[in-house]
Amino acid sequence: MANVERPLSPHLQIYRWPVTMATSILHRATGCGLAAGTVLLTWWLVAAAAGPDYYAMVQACLGSWLGRLVLFGFTWALFYHLLSGIRHLVWDTGRGYSLAVANRASWLVIGGSVVLTVLAWILAYAWK
Amino acid sequence: MAEFALPKNSKITEGKTWALPPAKPGEERQVRKFRVYRWNQDDGKTPQVDTYEVDMNDCGPMVLDALIKIKNEVDPSLTFRRSCREGVCGSCAMNIDGGNTLACTKACEDIDGDVKIYPLPHMPVIKDLVPDLSNFYAQYASIKPWMQTQSPAPARERLQSADDRKKLDGLYECILCACCSTSCPSYWWNSDRYLGPAVLLQAYRWIADSRDEMTGERLDNLEDPFRLYRCHTIMNCAQTCPKGLNPAQAIGEIKKLMVERRG
Repeated sequence: MANVERPLSPHLQIYRWPVTMATSILHRATGCGLAAGTVLLTWWLVAAAAGPDYYAMVQACLGSWLGRLVLFGFTWALFYHLLSGIRHLVWDTGRGYSLAVANRASWLVIGGSVVLTVLAWILAYAWK
Repeated sequence: MAEFALPKNSKITEGKTWALPPAKPGEERQVRKFRVYRWNQDDGKTPQVDTYEVDMNDCGPMVLDALIKIKNEVDPSLTFRRSCREGVCGSCAMNIDGGNTLACTKACEDIDGDVKIYPLPHMPVIKDLVPDLSNFYAQYASIKPWMQTQSPAPARERLQSADDRKKLDGLYECILCACCSTSCPSYWWNSDRYLGPAVLLQAYRWIADSRDEMTGERLDNLEDPFRLYRCHTIMNCAQTCPKGLNPAQAIGEIKKLMVERRG
């Protein structure tokens, strides 16, 4: 018995995701996304300091449809991580652990982040 | 680093189908398929999923009833743990329909489509639905799950007020079935160092007990980036607990105590 290499039972492959599991991994994913996005932001700031030609090039990059798509994603990651982060703060006070509240808050964070992102972009275009 | 894919020796293939014999004339059947994870160390094969047809008109309502029927009447080699058949012992914990629960309290009719049954997730498999829980039990022992005192023993029991006793509700009911710990992705990736929800719930059960006098030492033992703080409030534990307990909340309470004692 001792020398048998035991198989590992399946996990991610078979587990049905509760919504709280999805919001948890999204919190981490958006956190990583924000780190990458901040590099983008730094690039833009450095470009502003590097001179008008380089700045124009970076502006063109970020202003292209692909650039805007990335920025849209960055905005969503920011709002998602913000709302989810507030939720973690509430958890740290010992509140919001009941299943009903946790599940509702998960959907609120998902919905809220989408609404805020779209709102921010509507405002941004209206401002232009 | 988390290993998301199954190792080579754990990849699952399609196994045997155990069809029902043809129905007798006039026999009314309600056939359901049970898709069950199989592995044994003797045949040299990787794990397989066997399909068993069961006539639900001739079977008890719970998943455990179906498993016992299969073992008794179809395939005696099917291996699983079970004992009390009423949600008290925790032996028949397994992954059913994508969630961890007790086979004895999970009704077949609450499941849509085929009934998929796997061992508790991300555990070494001893045979079929029987996982090796040695690490889980060793972790449980590590939190010293008994009352520890320093004051001299009184002549009678150590008494507890009704209010203090109430603080143990939602904690003492745990049957250590390991459903929660094996539902937790943090535990999947770090079970060598993270204690997991079940053991942390029990750790809190003794921290919260007014009669226990080793709260400081218990917290010291948990003050560790892995043992306690791998909990990221994913909440799978509370979602899956067959007893309706909330380990995530207990872990939150421990984290709060950690901050409070820093002053």
